[in-house]
Amino acid sequence: MVFPPPARYGGRHIVTLIPGDGIGPELADHVQKLFRFCCVPVDFEVVTVDSTMASEDDISNAIVAVRRNGVALKGNIDTNHNLPPSHKSRNNLLRTRLDLYANVVHCQSVPGVRTRHRNVDIMIIRENTEGEYSSLEHENIPGVVECLKIITRKKSLRIADYAFRTAREKGRRRVTAVHKANIIKLGDGLFLECCKEVASGYPEISFDTMIVDNTTMQLVSRPQQFDVMIMPNLYGNVVSNVCTGLVGGPGLVPGANYAEDYAVFEMGTRNTGKSIANCNTANPTAMLLASCLLLDHLKLHAYASMIRGAVLSTITDTQLHTADLGGKGSTSDVVQSIMSAIQSTGPHTLGAYNKHIL
Amino acid sequence: MASHSAVLSVSRFMSPFWGGHLGNTVKVFGTTLTSHRTKVTLTRENIPPPAKYGGRHTVTLIPGDGIGPELLNHVREVFRFSCVPVDFEVVHVNSALETDDDMNNAITAIRRNGVALKGNIETKHTLPPSVKSRNNVLRTSLDLFANVMHCQSLPGVQTRHKNIDIMIIRENTEGEYSSLEHESVSGVVECLKIITRNNSLRIADYAFRLAREQGRQRVTAVHKANIMKLGDGLFLQCCREVASGYPDITFDSMIVDNTTMQLVSKPQQFDVMVMPNLYGNVVSNVCAGLVGGPGLVPGANYGQVYAVFETATRNTGKSIADRNIANPTAMLLASCMMLDHLKLNGYASLIRNAVLTTMNETRLHTADLGGQGTTSEVVQSVMRVIQSKGQLISEL
Repeated sequence: MVFPPPARYGGRHIVTLIPGDGIGPELADHVQKLFRFCCVPVDFEVVTVDSTMASEDDISNAIVAVRRNGVALKGNIDTNHNLPPSHKSRNNLLRTRLDLYANVVHCQSVPGVRTRHRNVDIMIIRENTEGEYSSLEHENIPGVVECLKIITRKKSLRIADYAFRTAREKGRRRVTAVHKANIIKLGDGLFLECCKEVASGYPEISFDTMIVDNTTMQLVSRPQQFDVMIMPNLYGNVVSNVCTGLVGGPGLVPGANYAEDYAVFEMGTRNTGKSIANCNTANPTAMLLASCLLLDHLKLHAYASMIRGAVLSTITDTQLHTADLGGKGSTSDVVQSIMSAIQSTGPHTLGAYNKHIL
Repeated sequence: MASHSAVLSVSRFMSPFWGGHLGNTVKVFGTTLTSHRTKVTLTRENIPPPAKYGGRHTVTLIPGDGIGPELLNHVREVFRFSCVPVDFEVVHVNSALETDDDMNNAITAIRRNGVALKGNIETKHTLPPSVKSRNNVLRTSLDLFANVMHCQSLPGVQTRHKNIDIMIIRENTEGEYSSLEHESVSGVVECLKIITRNNSLRIADYAFRLAREQGRQRVTAVHKANIMKLGDGLFLQCCREVASGYPDITFDSMIVDNTTMQLVSKPQQFDVMVMPNLYGNVVSNVCAGLVGGPGLVPGANYGQVYAVFETATRNTGKSIADRNIANPTAMLLASCMMLDHLKLNGYASLIRNAVLTTMNETRLHTADLGGQGTTSEVVQSVMRVIQSKGQLISEL
């Protein structure tokens, strides 16, 4: 897959930044600080989306900005329950309007984090635009609600194709399709059929299927058996959260949403984190790793490896674990440590600015 | 009472398509339901023990496929050995046939006897989609609206998490399992997920009553109402309404993705959980995996009038069928739940203690728990423990 590096002027990229709610703004801040410190040639165009407003202007602006720049980094936008049901989830609107059809969450055991399972390395590819998240519901008779789950051949083929191409590129051996086709025969049956069709074109990759309930049970007993997993929207939500829990929690895993022309990066489990907002206790790892995925997408691989290496080496230092990992470190401590790790590796950093900005 | 259940199921399937046409009729059924509910408070204690003649109960037995037949044979062996006053009426269901005759026979047998013990019936993928899942047909025809699964850590089984004690109450008849799908445009499939006020109120009511009976402190509703605002929103609303009538029990709600993540990190925080059908499926499997696997946890399906007992995670186990390695614990514990339902509590505790003793003290484990024991060895050990209690047993 070759995306042209978008919005590149004078060697600098422009990336849309949507801070979101909860812990989003502070983590986005840290990312900007870190990028400035490392002299990464990326400028952020910040677009705020006010989740309390009923009008769609804010999110439309954000979408236009992402279309313009081609790439975005976002925090999760809160879905206000006090507004009427016609008010759709902003995150969902962004995903469907930009047709970000593939959500990729790569869950890997991190050496410095103690978990009950080791050697977990699962890549979850989730259909991101249809399925149960079509937001098509109606109440024909009072007290009886029908929600439509839509599965289409086109989108199922598309996501299956994406999954197998990615598996081939990353040298993965096995793709597992997760479904519930014994009950939802037509819907998930169609999804499975599309996966099988695409699988026939990739003979070197073994393809199998598993029902979602068995999958979740296997995940909590023996997660090492899974390699790449592909599934419709809702199962993807549940399975990616289970896997994130297995490798250490929502503060560690980044997520990426890909379309044909756009890419939006965020935290893997899309948490707003309202209860820990502005307490300086949020784990910045997920957002920082998401920004590394962003840099890889922009083909700034050197910067990406540099930051990723620093983040992972900081994580192995248990003294600096944040509260979600059972430690006492604060967000700013962790970010500081990452910056010192980068500084010590030698490349050009804003050494003199340190004391003023930070 | 049976006619009420039949009428309910008809109205539920008919109403979405008939729109306002049946609107009046639905309301009439609605009022019938509520008045019926207030007249007879149907906790598990009030259901009369069914099909009892000469002191012996008759229970329908559906062997199913895979490991079902052999495990149910073991159950019968243990019952015969312990002189349990239960006779089994065996009804076979052939999953390879396309006709519904077998299933109708089974359903009639259960209506007759009131209680059943079943193995899982396989859903063959080679048959056309119009052939619905037999297990699903059974649940909806008998209106077994509540699926109850109690996951507890067993001392003798080594797991990564300890001290888990979660009761999962899952709506069993509607939600994503309505089997209503259509392909209006070629290549585009629409599946209907139905949530109704009646069923949501009913399951919430059941959950809170059960929580109160069992002395539980907290009920958590699991949902995805940020995306499915009307559907899961209605479910949540119904739960909240019912919760207001139980001030002694704390009620909270959690989104399903967060729930599953919390379950794998800190499952001890959960007490009783109530949820629609699909989330119930996933969450109950996660919990079963946490306490040691599908071979350990029994499940029960309750309706107003009927009760059907089976293994909680409804596995057919085709790959381990007839090899004498399946874990009989889940099925034996399910049969104990059935005995409790029939008010044969003495026999229930006897068998349950024997099973748990085998699991925890003798540590005779089958392959799924990492041990070397065979199914028959475990069953023999259970019977030995029963024998050692000194009660009346039949000579084998």
